[in-house]
Amino acid sequence: MANLTINGKTFTLDVEPDTPLLWAIRENAGLSGTKYGCGIAQCGACTVHLDGVAMRSCGITVSEAEGKKITTIEGLAVGGTLHKVQEAWIAKDVPQCGYCQSGMIMAVAALLSEKPKPTDADIDEAITNICRCGTFQQVREAIHTIASA
Amino acid sequence: MNKHVSPKMNRRAFVIGSAAVGAGLAIGLDIPFGGPTVVRAADGSPEIGAWVVVRPDDTVVIRIARSEMGQGSLTGLAQLVAEELECDWSKVTTEYPTPGQSVARKRVWGDFSTGGSRGIRSSQDYVRKGGATARVMLIEAAANEWKVPASECTVARGVITHKASGRTTTYGKVAEAAAKLTPPADVKLKDPKDWTIVGKGLLRLDTADKTTGAMTYGIDVKLPGMLNAAIKDCPVFGGKLKSYDEAKVAGMKGVKKVVKVGDTAVAVVADTWWHAKTALEALPIVWDEGDNAKVSSESIAKWLAEGLDDGQPAYVGNKNGDAKAAIAGAAKKVEAVYSYPYQNHATMEPMNATALYTADKCEVWCGTQNGEAAFAAVLEASGLPAEKCDVHKVMPGGGFGRRGQTDYVRQAVMVAKQMPGTPVKLLWSREEDMAHGRYHPITQCKMTGAFDANNNLVALHYRLSGQSILFSLRPEALQNGMDPAAFQGVAQSGEAAIGYSVPNLLVEHAMRNPHVPPGFWRGVNVNHNAIYMECFMDELAHAAGQDPLEFRRKLMGNHPKHLAVLNAVAEKIGWNTPAPQGVYRGIAQVMGYGSYVAGAAEISVTEGSKIKVHRIVASTDPGYIVNPAQVERQIAGSFVYGLSALFYGGCTVKDGKIEQTNFDTYNSMRINEMPKVESVMVPSGGFWGGVGEPTIGVAAPAVLNAYFAATGKRIRSVPLRDQNITFA
Ligand code: FES
Ligand code: FES
Repeated sequence: MANLTINGKTFTLDVEPDTPLLWAIRENAGLSGTKYGCGIAQCGACTVHLDGVAMRSCGITVSEAEGKKITTIEGLAVGGTLHKVQEAWIAKDVPQCGYCQSGMIMAVAALLSEKPKPTDADIDEAITNICRCGTFQQVREAIHTIASA
Repeated sequence: MNKHVSPKMNRRAFVIGSAAVGAGLAIGLDIPFGGPTVVRAADGSPEIGAWVVVRPDDTVVIRIARSEMGQGSLTGLAQLVAEELECDWSKVTTEYPTPGQSVARKRVWGDFSTGGSRGIRSSQDYVRKGGATARVMLIEAAANEWKVPASECTVARGVITHKASGRTTTYGKVAEAAAKLTPPADVKLKDPKDWTIVGKGLLRLDTADKTTGAMTYGIDVKLPGMLNAAIKDCPVFGGKLKSYDEAKVAGMKGVKKVVKVGDTAVAVVADTWWHAKTALEALPIVWDEGDNAKVSSESIAKWLAEGLDDGQPAYVGNKNGDAKAAIAGAAKKVEAVYSYPYQNHATMEPMNATALYTADKCEVWCGTQNGEAAFAAVLEASGLPAEKCDVHKVMPGGGFGRRGQTDYVRQAVMVAKQMPGTPVKLLWSREEDMAHGRYHPITQCKMTGAFDANNNLVALHYRLSGQSILFSLRPEALQNGMDPAAFQGVAQSGEAAIGYSVPNLLVEHAMRNPHVPPGFWRGVNVNHNAIYMECFMDELAHAAGQDPLEFRRKLMGNHPKHLAVLNAVAEKIGWNTPAPQGVYRGIAQVMGYGSYVAGAAEISVTEGSKIKVHRIVASTDPGYIVNPAQVERQIAGSFVYGLSALFYGGCTVKDGKIEQTNFDTYNSMRINEMPKVESVMVPSGGFWGGVGEPTIGVAAPAVLNAYFAATGKRIRSVPLRDQNITFA
């Protein structure tokens, strides 16, 4: 059993403490927006926020996440209003298949909360998610659009 | 239009459609396309021909048979229908008919397969006619109601007007009446110059859910009572499952059952996938690896190298003059051997499918590039007839050719068949996905070029040795056992024709098929052929002491469309002006999938091995462009995919198995490594080419040629990581 606080809600989940947070979120809490891509903290598809910091949820256990504020892609919009990153993603038509984009959006949202006006170098350093469709150009453009708004 | 309620994939209809699939089939079976009886969508709205459903609120549902997998075809196809339909784009939504419904209606939606960059080019004609047919019927219905000639009515954005009497109505209001009309026998399509929706860089129809986590991919399918399965197939291709010790994992948390899947694989079924995977890792498995366990990358390379030898039989794909004689008598010869490795598609979402099997029904939910092939796999694996099977397509997390295959669908059904009545989602781990790809074929190529005394290229011998995809996947497409697709990009004519005229030319292929299963990997045979030809053209230019662009131009007089895209990139990158200090350029062109493409790169190299790509310019002539914004994304994405394969890719074989296991050993480019791609679109009209794949062909050679310009070193094999060359 574990108590997780996800998107402001407390979930009491029947999981072993060493279960990767990713699978507890997807399978036990039933929030499937967070994606599995590699399971070894390489691709970023599973990125969530832990106390506001972007983390790869496949590399964190449930016990490590207990007591922290977990935000997933489903919790990014507040009160039905999309987060500015989601809005920019729609306006700039960023996703292709979209599978990496939950993680991409979470990583970008964390970057922007830390650095509202990131330079290209900041983006290069902070955004290390894999996108096999190759949406990097639109990702960068959308970030700059948000930063200059 | 409020962007947050922008039209998107109609998931509600999908859900209803899935629940009511039996009913849908019954209707379709009884009533042929068209005619006086109304065919209705799942929500009761009438079909106006098979491609269009109009709801009372004027929403237009456009049926899409091909698969969206990120490439944007869903939006492009909807644009083509909407253009002829003259409907209001802001009221357009889309839905997938199921393959089962299509079969029941005599394939009224045509081909479902989505590969070979064919999604739009091979269906543009009939989907446009579908839109035009519906428009004619809707206008006729209004005219009938008003008792005026249809020719006096006009339509714009779904509003029909009879000017003389000042009356107007909308598509939604006349849809019921229109659905009862007999479709016109023939319709005239618009002149492309009159297009208002096609040719526009409209936003995709399926974006919103991809930003909120709401989009349902195969991995996200949830059904009541569903269990999850993790699978291991024999890591040596062609090997078999010998035994496993179920008792060792039977008591592990959540485990429900361990099942044999065919002769080669074993799966653990559990309450959650994490439990299934954990138990599968703990399951003792004995494989019968067979003879293929002796195969390695070295043994494959040796075998392929033998095929480069002239003495061995080969299949001639393109020929004029007598290349061998001309080479023998030439003033100067240049020779080089290149190679290209296996590549995994590594779609962002690993393979998966969810199956529900009962004694009289089998349904599958999955991402697939070919709904009909998946359907056929369900029939075969379930043993049930067509009317008792169906496939519900969901969004795939990438395809790139991998999801045209149906191995994972078949497996899911084989697992579900052993758990009748219980839906089972089978998900591959990334490791399984790396180990059981349908890999980009492995090849080598020996090229010999010959010059006369004035440095004119008089002969070219292009000898490929290596794997045939068709041999493995579509043997019926072979010609006398030979593979004509091997010459994609260097063929004599057709949709992937060579862009050079050489007086004496011999292009041939010695087929060598190792045991590693090949597949259609984005770009397919264009990838290696473009590297071989375009890097060797560069070698020849340097050997002749000529500028690589000028050298090519001299050979391209009879290939104006190839030349036009090459000129377009040369101009845009400023080929004739000096590059910035320390920056070097490379250029390449190829034709594939009916389109002409070229690319140029500007790079700098530090310490001889650290490459920074500063600029990429790419041009394309696909004849017509349906959505330039999506074409631009396909071009940029092709560079990411192609350069990832060049720098980080390459799957190697040891003891008959693929050695790469995950993104740590099979890496992919990140944002910091990718410059902006400047695309130049030069659609010349009169033909329809694809855009998802051709550009990938020029990505690697443009960079490799720039690397030579920078260092004087010629790279003739992929990936660069094997040569300790990486991104700066
Ligand atoms: S799934 Fe967690 S980083 Fe890839
Ligand atoms: S949009 Fe497909 S992997 Fe990023």
